[in-house]
Amino acid sequence: MPGSNLITLSLIILFLPLIGFITVLLFGKRFSKLYNFEIGILSANLLLTLYVAYEKLFVFANQKIAMDATWFSFGNIPGIGQLNIDLGIELTNITVMMLFVVNLISFLVHVYSTEYMKGDSRFSRYYSYLGIFTFSMLGIVLTDNFLMLYIFWELVGLSSYLLIGFWYEKDSAANAGKKAFLVNRVGDMGMWLGILILFTNYHTFKFDTIFAQIGLGHIPFGSEAWLTAAGILLFMGAVGKSAQFPLHVWLPDAMEGPTPVSALIHAATMVAAGVYMLTKIFVILSADALTVIALVGAFTSFLAASIAITQNDIKKVLAYSTVSQLGYMVMAVGVGAYTFAFFHLVTHAFFKALLFLGSGSVIHAMHHEQDMRQMGGLRKKMPITYYTFLTATLAISGIPLFSGFLSKDGLLAGTYAFGLLTGHWTVAIFGFVVAFMTAFYMFRLVIMTFHGEPRNKEKYDHAHETPKAMTIPLITLAVLSIWIWYTPNPFNPEAGWFYNKMEVKTTVVPQDMRFNFMKTEAPEHETAETEKLNSESRETVEGEKVVETERVMHSEMYEHAMHEAHLPTMIWSILLAGLGILFAYVIYQWKKISADELAKKWPWLYKFSLNKWYVDEFYDKTFIGGTLEFSRWLSIFDNKVVDGIVNGAATLTRGVSAVSGWFDTYVVDGLVNFTAFFSGVLGFGLKKIQNGKVQSYVLVVVLSLILLFVMFLPFF
Amino acid sequence: MAHVGLTHFLILSAILFSLGIYAIVVRKNAIMVMMGIELVLNSANINFIAFAHFGNYGISGQIVSLVVIILAAAEAAVALAIVLNLFKTYSHINVDEVNKLKE
Repeated sequence: MPGSNLITLSLIILFLPLIGFITVLLFGKRFSKLYNFEIGILSANLLLTLYVAYEKLFVFANQKIAMDATWFSFGNIPGIGQLNIDLGIELTNITVMMLFVVNLISFLVHVYSTEYMKGDSRFSRYYSYLGIFTFSMLGIVLTDNFLMLYIFWELVGLSSYLLIGFWYEKDSAANAGKKAFLVNRVGDMGMWLGILILFTNYHTFKFDTIFAQIGLGHIPFGSEAWLTAAGILLFMGAVGKSAQFPLHVWLPDAMEGPTPVSALIHAATMVAAGVYMLTKIFVILSADALTVIALVGAFTSFLAASIAITQNDIKKVLAYSTVSQLGYMVMAVGVGAYTFAFFHLVTHAFFKALLFLGSGSVIHAMHHEQDMRQMGGLRKKMPITYYTFLTATLAISGIPLFSGFLSKDGLLAGTYAFGLLTGHWTVAIFGFVVAFMTAFYMFRLVIMTFHGEPRNKEKYDHAHETPKAMTIPLITLAVLSIWIWYTPNPFNPEAGWFYNKMEVKTTVVPQDMRFNFMKTEAPEHETAETEKLNSESRETVEGEKVVETERVMHSEMYEHAMHEAHLPTMIWSILLAGLGILFAYVIYQWKKISADELAKKWPWLYKFSLNKWYVDEFYDKTFIGGTLEFSRWLSIFDNKVVDGIVNGAATLTRGVSAVSGWFDTYVVDGLVNFTAFFSGVLGFGLKKIQNGKVQSYVLVVVLSLILLFVMFLPFF
Repeated sequence: MAHVGLTHFLILSAILFSLGIYAIVVRKNAIMVMMGIELVLNSANINFIAFAHFGNYGISGQIVSLVVIILAAAEAAVALAIVLNLFKTYSHINVDEVNKLKE
């Protein structure tokens, strides 16, 4: 079987971090240098991933390599047939790209943390947690079925909980960990229900089998509403993990964790899991589900961007920018441009990890000061951090020549085309407004931190450039934020290898549940063009288990609209980003307009944004308050009714036993005692007869004889 | 002189028997009890002889009586031995104070 060694290597890549986790966890305390083992594992993983990715992308590019093994079997179930639960992994082009992103960023964070976490009392513990996190994330990436996806999904939730609450001595960190865990649970519950809908109908967890069944027209319970419901429920998992409104509240709080963790988990990988999952299940999302997804994503990106504008904590700004960018990706999936969603996922992973690691570098230099109002002028003190940070800022703002521009432009074009095709311009408007806001708040951050005069002289004097272990990851990521790695033409992402290597799958939902532009005229008969493409790819097919991937997703109408959207989108996005940067300079660098006065002018707006739209307060009042109130009622119910019933039962039992006891003492014992007493009396009476005197015996004999005589007299 | 018939003998025997029983039951002295036993045996002898005489059984009645008398003699010997032992044990021969039989 072609590529079977790739499967083996992928399994090694998957399990190495687990081995690292167990080893460091068990022996980390005894051997303080053992964390190097974990770093070694990650570098080995990175090299293996490079090889696997190369082989997959350039040798087996058009094949899907998959392997399954039965985990356990329910046997033959009447009405269903053989029911096996399979585990398996699959390698697609998207998978190996994601594999590379996760491993690379994880590796860089491992290296970076050697300096950042230096001297921490639980240093080894920290590395073992990073190991389990990497393992879980790789599991999500590699899985080919919903069951494993869910298992690793929860494992990611667990490791995220452990890492956010790593400094659990701080109450805020412990609470943030709990909050992240609980909020994620809400989304995961929905996701599990979605998985169960699919499992109930298709009796398998495997992606391909389920998609194929739906492609044949077997929709869940024969109802279109159920298919939409399954899609939206699965999306709920992504809402939780990828921090979409209304479950976005955990991510900003998660900044309580160590900064490298924020970079790894809450910027680059874990939060991307939701979007990654959406790209996997994209083919079964109906038009209604996609509309919901697009609107949620668009609203989330706007909400988060509007909050990021007024935050003063450097990590909070980045946290909200992460939420905003994740909203972008989700929005892109919703409008059908899921290839660009994944593109943005990858580019964002690099530049957002860079932003977080850069902010970590600043925080490290400022002795754990996170308030931007205490910073300023750090450009001269920390040139490497400054320039790499600036690169990432330009990338996230969508300036040409940087990676962010390519993907952002692509997904904005997607929303624009969506507007053109369906008339729903809301999504596109949100997208463009957020592009402006992103550029504004990111440059606000850069200017407040690095430009101008130092606002806190004392801290500024102590600041210094961070050591090599921290700057080298920054430089690596900065290099990866340049366009050249993705496409030779900085203005056209579609010209590059990256875009073309992504599989484009045809949606499999029934025709009348698709958007008009996703409809294919004759699904059974392939058009001449696809026939040609397929025959090309067929030549490379060698084995039977290899599944061909198609390169046709949308109708020509969509391709046309995308083409049409390309130029106006590019102009608008550059224009809006430039405008945002200009505004930031006017307000914060040149101080032509005072930010304070703007805040005073619209105090209501300012407060609304500063307090994060009062979402947390709303949750406090409704869900948390409600839950507490509800629990209070339940405790009253418990105390009064349940305890009452229990106590009543106890009292009743005591009453019954008292009666029963009385009965025992007087009736049963009475009977027994009476018997004894009676026997006693009888014996006492009879004892007298046997007095041992011969004469009395004789008397009895004589009297008895007389009695007998009298009795038998009548017979004589 | 009135004719002496079987009935008279039987009544005599019954009286003797009753007196014997009475003596056995009532008397305290063991010797007196033994004498009561002799009376009972002899009432039986009278019965034997009377039935034999009036029933024309020859001398079989007398022979049984003789056997009874011999038995009574043997019995008296044994009983006197018992009385002697009684006296050795209790220093008296009051039957109603001897109640070892109930043990």
